[in-house]
Amino acid sequence: MLNRRNFLTAAVGVAAAGGLAACAKEDKSSTGTSSGGSKAITLGFSQVGSESGWRSANTTSVKEAAKEAGFNLKFSDAQQKQENQISAIRSYIAQKVDVIAFSPVVVTGWDAVLKEAKAAKIPVVLTDRSVETSDDSLYVTLVGSDFTDEGRRAGKILEKVLAKAGVKGPVKIAQLEGTTGAAPAIERAKGFKEVMDADHKGDWKIVVSQTGDFTRAGGKQVMAAFLQSNPDINVLFAHNDDMAIGAIQSIEAAGKKPGKDILIVSIDGVKDGFIAMSEGKINAIVECNPLLGPQLMEVVKTVHDGGSVERWIKTKEGDFMQDQAKAALPTRKY
Amino acid sequence: MTTPSRWRALTRHHLFWPVAVLVALLLVNVPFTPDFFAIHMTNGHLYGSLVSIVLFGSPLILVAVGMTLVIATGGIDLSVGAVVAITGALTCSYISHQADQNALSGVLLAMGLGLVAAVVCGLWNGFLVARMGIQPIIATLIIMVAGRGVAQLITDGQIITVNSDPYQLIGGGYWLTLPFSIFVVAAVVAVTVVLTRRTALGLLVEAVGGNAEASRLVGIRSRRIKIMVYVFCAVSAGIAGLMISSNTSAADGNNAGLWIELDAILAVVIGGTSLLGGRFSIGGTVIGALVIQTLTTTIYTIGVPTQTNLVFKAAVVIVVCLLQSPKFRAKVFGARAKSAAPAAPAAPAEAAPKMEVS
Repeated sequence: MLNRRNFLTAAVGVAAAGGLAACAKEDKSSTGTSSGGSKAITLGFSQVGSESGWRSANTTSVKEAAKEAGFNLKFSDAQQKQENQISAIRSYIAQKVDVIAFSPVVVTGWDAVLKEAKAAKIPVVLTDRSVETSDDSLYVTLVGSDFTDEGRRAGKILEKVLAKAGVKGPVKIAQLEGTTGAAPAIERAKGFKEVMDADHKGDWKIVVSQTGDFTRAGGKQVMAAFLQSNPDINVLFAHNDDMAIGAIQSIEAAGKKPGKDILIVSIDGVKDGFIAMSEGKINAIVECNPLLGPQLMEVVKTVHDGGSVERWIKTKEGDFMQDQAKAALPTRKY
Repeated sequence: MTTPSRWRALTRHHLFWPVAVLVALLLVNVPFTPDFFAIHMTNGHLYGSLVSIVLFGSPLILVAVGMTLVIATGGIDLSVGAVVAITGALTCSYISHQADQNALSGVLLAMGLGLVAAVVCGLWNGFLVARMGIQPIIATLIIMVAGRGVAQLITDGQIITVNSDPYQLIGGGYWLTLPFSIFVVAAVVAVTVVLTRRTALGLLVEAVGGNAEASRLVGIRSRRIKIMVYVFCAVSAGIAGLMISSNTSAADGNNAGLWIELDAILAVVIGGTSLLGGRFSIGGTVIGALVIQTLTTTIYTIGVPTQTNLVFKAAVVIVVCLLQSPKFRAKVFGARAKSAAPAAPAAPAEAAPKMEVS
């Protein structure tokens, strides 16, 4: 009896440990076809998670591009946790992959693991998000968007939106921030503030700003509270489309018209965001392009072959106003 | 009865401190939002901060009520967040594949499907805990970790958006000018209170939590009771999952119900239920969940800077937990009471308040 019990406890312990280890799901299904005689490049890629439609599109793009380039891709999903990502990178170092690429969950805390990669002479390429390190030689390049610039573009496009809506008088802005500490949240807020401080010192004001964690539920709940504490908000700047979509529901529940009573500018350009924009509920979207797989593979190949690349390879992106929404909608893949 | 003694009786009531904290938190909002308590009619439904608190707090209340019974048996259920995600994902993906998303039969079927998945999760937890004798924290950790993966598998890592009016009702719609979710919560709470306080079931649950072996020896089928509470907890979490996904009309396998298990445990503790089992208060849990939701809303309305959100939350929770501790109260307030009125019998520093049947 006792033995059986011990055995079962042990068995479940093992199962639970297995479950925990599965946090960093490894996906080796996409092993590349080794091309000709030369050995295929092995790329270890650690993704942030799958928190939004944007992220899934990003993941798909990386997987497809790796397959096309004939790379051997080792993919792992960090599920929004830095510790998962660090352990994934460590395992890539142990497996002696040729190049490591990852989208950091947060900005800081990468020095130790990046030094290990450097010691193992494995080049590291950042995708989508940047990191702060004490030593710039710890990563080769960043393939991704310029979030600060996205913030600036959001500020610029808001000028157009305000002009078009004919808003006169003070502009009271509510800001829905991304996950606290994440690079897009910090930099988008920074870029937007730059435009505001430079050109609209007197007339624009961010009256409330709070994190909505990049999620719809977060955006909805925070916006509901904003509308209570500051009923005179007339502009919403959301750091991503999903929060804007959540906020739209709260604005409607408060009996106001999103896109009219409250002008909305958001960043990303996911399909659902474009649908909301074509319905007139979002006024403008600043695109943040997730389809950076092909660009990443090019960089990985150059880096692996010993070539030099720029420190920052920016993705190609556009801005969209409401009147362009309907035309652009069918081309949205994500 | 003199006024002081009535006051003492009031402060000793097990719901006094949770309610006091809730009221205090609500009042904190008034200087920042002058018409915080105002409720207007907008688009044919009531609208105001209090309505939002109840609307957004509904899922937490449901999860916490389920958690209360599990904790009363001396267990704990960490898997509720994952159950929330699975239920929402399954229901939304079923609805999104319907030709007519507004068809009531399809929506009901989808919701039934989601709740069946919740029941399966509950049975699994109950089986591991009651039949296999595994520590509840480990047994439920399995679904906590694996369940979110299952939810992501169902949604394919995407956020599934549904456009279904009947489905939107349960978590985001209004009925008789009130959020529909209030009625769902009221029904679940009422059924739970009636079942546990008007029948012997509550006593049995407490007996199992107090001493499972002793209760088995006096003839209570403690295993069956345990399985039952885990299934009940999972179903509550499942309904919460329907609400959360319905509220935003989207299933987010990754974020729906994330960390709700911790908020639920906190709500149970604030409500005065002992984590050791053997004693529980459904009313306290409801108040506890409202305290947590009010705290969240307060953070948004009074403009606590984003970076200090969690510290602010932690500080409030520490204060609430200290106020809940009879020992702490006796040390701080008891000493003052003694010096002020030495003739009055000193407030007994009871480690655990008397067993109460509310």
